[in-house]
Amino acid sequence: MSETIDKVSVVISKGSLEGIYPGLIMANGARAEGIEANLFFTFFGLDAIHKKRQGHIKVATVGNPGMHLSSLIGVLPGMSAMATHMMGRKMNKLDIPPIPEFVEMIADTGCGMYACLASVDLFGFAKEDFIDQLDGIITVGDFYARAAGGEIIFT
Amino acid sequence: MTVITLAGIDVELNDEGFLADPQRWNEEIAQEIARKEGIDPLTDQHWQVIRFMRSEYFDKGTGPTVRILGKTSGISIKELYQLFPKGPAKIAAKIAGIPKPRGCI
Repeated sequence: MSETIDKVSVVISKGSLEGIYPGLIMANGARAEGIEANLFFTFFGLDAIHKKRQGHIKVATVGNPGMHLSSLIGVLPGMSAMATHMMGRKMNKLDIPPIPEFVEMIADTGCGMYACLASVDLFGFAKEDFIDQLDGIITVGDFYARAAGGEIIFT
Repeated sequence: MTVITLAGIDVELNDEGFLADPQRWNEEIAQEIARKEGIDPLTDQHWQVIRFMRSEYFDKGTGPTVRILGKTSGISIKELYQLFPKGPAKIAAKIAGIPKPRGCI
C-alpha cells in the first residue's frame, strides 16, 4: 500500500437520517485514520448542524425503495417517526451515537465544519442557528479552496 | 508477517504493521514504535491511554474505538487527537502492541 489518502472533504446535502449518517461516518472514519477531513453542509444537510433540528432527523419512508415498504404505507402519519425510532434503537445497540452527539464528537476530532452560504441564505438561517463548533459559513469557492489537494465526497 | 528488531528484541508484525503477539511487548518497544510514529517523548497522558488500550484488549479481546476511548479512558476526544494526531485508537493500539481496533465509529 504505497498510495494513501491524506485529506477528504465530505459534502452532506440531504436532511434525512440515511442522508446524513453516511457522510458523518466517512468524515469521522477519516479522522480516526489520521486523515485530514472537512464537512460541508448544504441544502437540507444543514439540519445536521442546526441546533433545533439536529435532534429530530427522520428516516424517509416515502420514495425510499430501500425501506422495502410501499410508499402508500410510508405516507401514513407516524410511519417515519416509527421507522426512525426502530432504527435509533438498533443504532444504540451498535453504539452508533445519535446525530447531535456524533456531530459534536466529529468536531472534537478536529474535522473542519462548514455551512454553505447559499443554502443558509436560502433557508433564512443565521450563524446563531447552528452548533457552536461550526467553523464558518462559506461560499462554494471557499469550499474548493479548503478541499484543495484532497478527495471530495458528495453525499 | 515481517520480523523487525525493536529495542533489541525480534518481534513479528502483522500485515497492518501492528505487533503480532501482544505478549511480546514492553515499554521500550512502545517507546520505539512511538518514535517511528513521530511521538517523542511519550507523556504520562500517552501512557494512560496506552495502558488503558492494553487492559481493554486483554479484558475484551479487542481494543476500544476512539468513541469508547473518549467515553471511558478519562481523556477527552479533543485531547486524544492532540496526543495522537494520526488517529488515537489506531496509533495508540500500535504503540500498545495490540491489533488495530475494528469498528466504523
